Amino acid sequence: MTSQLLASTLRVSTPLIFAALGGMFSERSGVVNIALEGMMLVGAFAAAVVTLITHSPWAGSVCGMVAGLAFAALYGLFVIRLRADQIVAGVGINMLAAGLTPFLCKILYDVTGSTPSIPIGERFQTAPIYLGWILVTICFLWLKYTPTGLWVSFAGEHPEALDAAGVRVNRARWIAVLVSGALAGLGGASLSIFLSSSFSRNMTAGRGFMALAALIFGKWRPLPTALACLLFGFADAVQIRLQGVALWGEEPVPVQFIQILPYLVTILVLAGFVGRSRPPKALGTPFQKE
Amino acid sequence: MRKFLQPVLAVLVGLGLGLGFTWIAGENPWCVVQILGKSAFGSGYDFGMTLFYTTPLIFTGLAVAVAFQAGLFNIGAEGQLTLGALAAAAVGALFRRLPWPVAPLLAGLAALLTGSVWGAIPGWLRAKRGSHEVINTIMLNFIAAGLASYVTLYLLKNPDTQNPETRAIGRGFLIHQFGMFGGAPVSTALPLAIMAAVLVWILLWQTAIGYEMRAVGQNESAARVAGIDASKIRILAMAMAGGLAGLVGVGEVLGNAGKFRLGFSPEYGFIGIAVALLGRNQPVGVVAAALLFGALHKGTANLDLETEHVTRDVSLILQALIILSVSAEGLWSWMKRRGDS
Repeated sequence: MTSQLLASTLRVSTPLIFAALGGMFSERSGVVNIALEGMMLVGAFAAAVVTLITHSPWAGSVCGMVAGLAFAALYGLFVIRLRADQIVAGVGINMLAAGLTPFLCKILYDVTGSTPSIPIGERFQTAPIYLGWILVTICFLWLKYTPTGLWVSFAGEHPEALDAAGVRVNRARWIAVLVSGALAGLGGASLSIFLSSSFSRNMTAGRGFMALAALIFGKWRPLPTALACLLFGFADAVQIRLQGVALWGEEPVPVQFIQILPYLVTILVLAGFVGRSRPPKALGTPFQKE
Repeated sequence: MRKFLQPVLAVLVGLGLGLGFTWIAGENPWCVVQILGKSAFGSGYDFGMTLFYTTPLIFTGLAVAVAFQAGLFNIGAEGQLTLGALAAAAVGALFRRLPWPVAPLLAGLAALLTGSVWGAIPGWLRAKRGSHEVINTIMLNFIAAGLASYVTLYLLKNPDTQNPETRAIGRGFLIHQFGMFGGAPVSTALPLAIMAAVLVWILLWQTAIGYEMRAVGQNESAARVAGIDASKIRILAMAMAGGLAGLVGVGEVLGNAGKFRLGFSPEYGFIGIAVALLGRNQPVGVVAAALLFGALHKGTANLDLETEHVTRDVSLILQALIILSVSAEGLWSWMKRRGDS
């Protein structure tokens, strides 16, 4: 029972880890990313379609990343280039993904609900779990020890200082947003070709937002964020386990209270009731050179 | 002029691109337009359904617009309307015997108050704890969904059906449905929504408190210097926004379903963001934009049956494209620069 729960925790937290790492890049560079949800969704769709065609989950996940990247490019075009409001554009991107994926599904497979299912031999078994934690390590090192990593953080904290140092702020933000989309796309891919066996309509079901919550809970830092994903994944695993189980009396356990827990702690942490989580200073502010 | 032209252009760009998608899918865009028009306005019933979808969108559009005028981004209308509708249904199911005028008033008040409280929470968090309302309202949407699911499935479950819905409300709670729409559930909620738009206009542009709200929205530090209690204004604006969203429950529960159904809202709260944006956060604009999005929602519903290749998801694509083209302020100034040179 315990080991099963542990394995299930590692599995369900994997898409969250990818997406939260993605969100971290974007937000550390000063670009709010509530579009993670949409980027995950297109990633999940593209990964399922390409895996069905090529029979290779690796090709599928690369294409999931490319799809997330493409949506991130669209998002970047609006929020960095055209200086659109980041929340509004994010809502737009999410809606576009929610509409476009079943639309394309209908064109490709003549069904709107979901893609055909992918045979078990062509899906990932455990690889994304390892990949997730390898990426956590890489992101940690990248942000901390490489010049581009530092640019990204500075673009979000002190864009003027970065600009004065001769580095183009918006270039750093572009890199961060594109990386963010690729990672979110990979997170989506791990939903459709790892956790389940096909793409289905709106299958992210709020995981992009939960990744955002984990990011806040993890104070926008790689390791704590990954741990927050594990914690939320654990809550999810427990909730799945307890569904329909009667622990006391005849009534099944109300799992809703476990479901809302991650969102509740995020509000409490952000408000400083439990610890304190402070967003990057320039988060949400478009940069324009005088 | 530009104020008026820009939203119209955005809609045209969005519709044009969206129809381009249907063309790629192998449909004749002109046929799609005809289906949309016929399905949204073709008969009394169709137009009634368009108005039925318009009603909640006026409420959620106003809920976003009021907050926006006070400088706040309310992405939480979805959660506010969910709990508002749930509260109306709970009152209706628990006090089934209440007679007509009292009953709907009480249920409407419950919807309004519950929505207000749920809206005031992120307002308070922003004003007193400094945490951003965007994240908080997103989180509160999920919490509201969880709470609604718990109450519906455990506390007020309808024993006669497998559907996730609450017990039916008493007969005295049902509000008037207009007969001229061939059975489409257009109820008193529609005039209520329009009245709400008028009241919002009066409050924001004709009263001192509305002036203070807009002052905080435009320049918070200047407003503080002028002696306005920005914290109080923020909480008040979010409470109002939440109350407006909560009133969606009146049309849905008292005017249509007669109970709370889990997942009744096709994301009215999020479409409300598009409505407010397109309506430039003005009550008149909100009503007009709500009608447009209501028509789109109803119009695309028939695409599943009447076309080979496209589905009602086109409605989401169109909404997204319209949101994106409205959002790109920079796009317009960029085009203008190109035009000038």
